[in-house]
Amino acid sequence: MSEADLIDDTGEEPAILSLPLDAWHRARGGRMVEFAGYHMPVQYEGVMPEHLWVRDSAGLFDVSHMGQLLFRTEDGADLDGALESVLPGDIAGLKPGRQRYSLLLAEDGGILDDLMVTRLPDENPFDVQGLYMVVNGATKFDDIAYFLDKLPEDVLINHMEDQALLALQGPKAVDALARLVPGVRDLVFMTAAPFEWDGKPLWIGRSGYTGEDGFEISIDGEYVEALADALCAQPEVKPIGLGARDSLRLEAGLPLYGHDLDETITPVVADLGFALSKRRREEASFPGATRILAEREGGPAVKRVGLRVEGRQPVREGAAVLDAAGGEVGRVTSGGFAPSLNAPIAMAYVPAALAATGTRIQLSQRGKVHHATVTAMPFVPHRYVR
Amino acid sequence: MSRYFTEDHEWVDVEGDTGTVGISEFAQGQLGDIVFVDVPEAGKALTKGGDAAVVESVKAASDVYAPVSGTVTEGNPALADNPALVNEDAEGQGWFFKLTLSDPSELSSLMDETAYAAFVAKQ
Repeated sequence: MSEADLIDDTGEEPAILSLPLDAWHRARGGRMVEFAGYHMPVQYEGVMPEHLWVRDSAGLFDVSHMGQLLFRTEDGADLDGALESVLPGDIAGLKPGRQRYSLLLAEDGGILDDLMVTRLPDENPFDVQGLYMVVNGATKFDDIAYFLDKLPEDVLINHMEDQALLALQGPKAVDALARLVPGVRDLVFMTAAPFEWDGKPLWIGRSGYTGEDGFEISIDGEYVEALADALCAQPEVKPIGLGARDSLRLEAGLPLYGHDLDETITPVVADLGFALSKRRREEASFPGATRILAEREGGPAVKRVGLRVEGRQPVREGAAVLDAAGGEVGRVTSGGFAPSLNAPIAMAYVPAALAATGTRIQLSQRGKVHHATVTAMPFVPHRYVR
Repeated sequence: MSRYFTEDHEWVDVEGDTGTVGISEFAQGQLGDIVFVDVPEAGKALTKGGDAAVVESVKAASDVYAPVSGTVTEGNPALADNPALVNEDAEGQGWFFKLTLSDPSELSSLMDETAYAAFVAKQ
C-alpha cells in the first residue's frame, strides 16, 4: 500500500483502516478509536484496571498499526553502512538476534522517528538476510519515503503490511507465552529469535514499551486471531488498550513520538544520548553530528525531564513550564495520572538551569498554576530480564 | 424535586431555587476511572452552558458545563479525597456543586429523565 491507497475513492479524506484483530477487539468489548489511521482499542474494562493488571500479571496489546520493515541488499552491498547514514546507532556491530533502539535522524539531527532494529539470524520466518525494523504507525509512510530517498538503490525495503504485531507485557508474560512457545524463556532483553506455534512461524523479541518484562510477537495477520485467543486463554493474560499502553510507557519514562519527540528535537535534548553509539560518536558520521556532539559536550540548552506533580490533578500535554517571573520557558509534552504511583506525573522540556533532579518548577494549565518537582526517570523501575 | 439533563450529560436536581449538579451515569461510564474533580467555589457566578468544573480521568480532562445559570453555594467536599465517588454514584453522592438558580425558566430547555434516556440510547 502506498500513501495514495489511504485516500478513498470519494475524495481527499483519508479512510480509517481496520487491522486483522478489529472484530476480535470489538467482540471482547474494546472501545475503538481512530489512531494513526486505524481503528484501535483504547480500552476494554478501563484504563486503570488494565494498567494495574499489566504491572501485576500480563497484558496483550495489538500493535499491528506499527510498521514492520525488512532491509536487505543484493550482491553483498553494504546494508549496515547505508542504514548508518540515517541512524546514529552501531548497526555494523549488531550481532544476529540482537535488537537495538535507534532514531531516524533528519539532516540537521532532528528526530524523524524512534525505532527498534534487529539483525536477522540466518534462519528467520521472513527468509531474508538483513535487518528487521519496527517503526511508529503514525510515521511509517514518511519513514519509508525518507529511506527510499536517502538509501542507495541497491537497498531493498519490504513493508510487511500483512504481518500483525502483538506485545505481551508484564511480569507473568513469560509464564503465559512459554506455555505456548517453550523456547522463549531463553531470550533475554533486546534479543529476538524465530519460533513456531501451531505450525505457524513467529518472530519474537524480548522487549516492549511498558518497562516490564515482555515480548513482541510478529505473526502473519491471517493467524493472529488464533494466537490472540490462545494467549488470552492463559489465566495471566487480558487484552489491554492504547490508554493503558500510554500510561504504562509514561511511568516507564519512555518517550512517545509526535508528543515527546519530533523533528525539532535532537537526541541529546531528548535525553536519548544512549542511542548515540560510541563508535558513531567517535566517527561523528551521523546526520547532524556536529550539532548533536556539541550539545553532548557542552550540555543542551533545554532537556526532556520527568516531573512529579503535586496534588491530584494531572497536568497534560501542552501545559506551560513557567520561570520564577511567570514567563513561559518550556512545555509539558506528556502528562497524566500514574495508576501505579497514584499520583500525577509528566514529561516536559525545560531549560538546562531547571533540569536538575529535585528542582521545583511551576506549570500553568487552563489558567491554574501547578507545582512540580523534576524527578529521575523511569518513575516506576524497569523490570527487564537481562 | 425534579431532575433535568443536558445534552452534555450534566444533571441538575431542582428544589425551589436551589439546584444540585453532577454528571450522568452514562458520562461517568464514558470517562472511566476518575482521578480528580475540580469543583467551583461558593460565590462563583455561572452562566448556562459555561465552564463550571473539570473532571479528570486517567486519560483525559473534560469540562463540565453549568446546566443553568446561578451562583454556586457549595462544591462537594467529598470529591477532593474520593473522586471515585463519581464512578460509584454519579447521580447521587458524586454530585459536583450546588447553586442558586438565577433564571429558573432556563430549565424548560433541558431534558427530563425519559427524554435523556432516549438521547443516550442514540449515542
